[in-house]
Amino acid sequence: MSFSEADLAAIWLTLRLATTVTLLLLIIGTPIAWWLARTSSVWKAPIAAIVALPLILPPTVLGFYLLIAMGPHGFFGQFTQSLGLGTLPFTFWGLVIASVFYSMPFVVQPIQNAMEAIGERPLEVAATLRAGPFDRFFTVVLPLAKPGFITASILGFAHTVGEFGIILMIGGNIPGETRVISVQIYDHVEALEFMQAHALSGAMLIFSFSVLLALYWLQRKQKVSLLN
Amino acid sequence: MGSISIICLLVLSLLLPTAKAEEISVAVASNFTAPMKEIASLFEQSTGHKVRLSFGSSGKFYAQIKHGAPFQIFFSADQKKPEQLERDRLIAPSSRFTYARGRLALWSSQKGFVKGNTDRLRQLQFNKLALANPKLAPYGVAAIEVLERLSLIEATQNKWVQGENIAQTYQFVSTGNAELGFVALSQILKDGKLKTGSSWVIPENLYNPIKQDVVLLLRGENSPAAQALLSFIKEPQVKQIMTSYGYKPLAANP
Repeated sequence: MSFSEADLAAIWLTLRLATTVTLLLLIIGTPIAWWLARTSSVWKAPIAAIVALPLILPPTVLGFYLLIAMGPHGFFGQFTQSLGLGTLPFTFWGLVIASVFYSMPFVVQPIQNAMEAIGERPLEVAATLRAGPFDRFFTVVLPLAKPGFITASILGFAHTVGEFGIILMIGGNIPGETRVISVQIYDHVEALEFMQAHALSGAMLIFSFSVLLALYWLQRKQKVSLLN
Repeated sequence: MGSISIICLLVLSLLLPTAKAEEISVAVASNFTAPMKEIASLFEQSTGHKVRLSFGSSGKFYAQIKHGAPFQIFFSADQKKPEQLERDRLIAPSSRFTYARGRLALWSSQKGFVKGNTDRLRQLQFNKLALANPKLAPYGVAAIEVLERLSLIEATQNKWVQGENIAQTYQFVSTGNAELGFVALSQILKDGKLKTGSSWVIPENLYNPIKQDVVLLLRGENSPAAQALLSFIKEPQVKQIMTSYGYKPLAANP
């Protein structure tokens, strides 16, 4: 199994995309997860539903809406144009934004679950020890929810690596910019280059399996350490 | 005896019409979508057969047919895939022929953006230039040939966005995400007229002919309906439909 230069460029681009998206999602997703975990607002259900939408929506729906919304006549496209940024389809940052939407539930839900599992008690104890809200969040919630953050990062990263439909619809297949591994595999298959498709597909299979294996090992270890 | 033969006749008369009207599955390259829909409905009206159409890229259809997809006929966007299927012995012997010659156009969804010439392209006054991926689509190959002839490859390259097939390329331009794009003339014409936007119909001396071949697949070898559709394609009224979408129907095939 050997990779061509174009394959390597696609692999590097995919890793860059997945890393950027995961970091952004940890920043955006944490406050959302915290709010969802704590709130009793009537907005909880609608917001949770919106976050979870990509789990069931076909990527074509999201890709179609993004292509129109981020295009020159779409509201988001007009917003980015007024900022002098141009339009986002066919750019790396366009893919980043699409992936942030698409991978959102994979990051928010594990963090939210971990935060809900903490319960009120540790926070009340911290408050009686005069810890302020920020102090409580950073010294109590974050360390206790660490397993949730690890699961969220792994799933967010892996899910972005596996993205295809949306990128196909808004990417424009530009080498080094939007041609990620999944699109490169699609191209190989379409061009009847089955050997190259095999090499990349095999690599993806091994990667995905290893990620999930690592995830389940980690979760087992955490359960064991909690029991002790 | 008599009543049995009457019953037999009755049963036969019930069976015969359904046995005669057949349903066939046809794979069609994206660029031929619009004319094929018209052709198929005309064919259904005049023969009573049913045609189930699948649209997509020729490369995907090739891979699917090779792995047992249940199509009887395959209208490709090029000659390469039908030839390959012929070498793979997946078609009825000597059933391959060229049904149309595709034409390329430079198109924008904005009115007056392209003034029937190369000015807009040469002056680089556009945000993106959409073209079909030349590795996969014959219309992409033709687009590259045109840019080569005009010596515009290097100047335009950083503005290229590639569609996986000509349908997606059209979509990039029609949503305005790319102001310019090389599309199939068949996508922007209806009854011989431009549907929307503005275009330059590219002279055919700027690119090699986009010959599109059709083949009768092994699964259709014994199907009268499939054979009927293949001869129907050569009828004058079908050629008229093709012409109205900007195709050059091939009168005399080598």
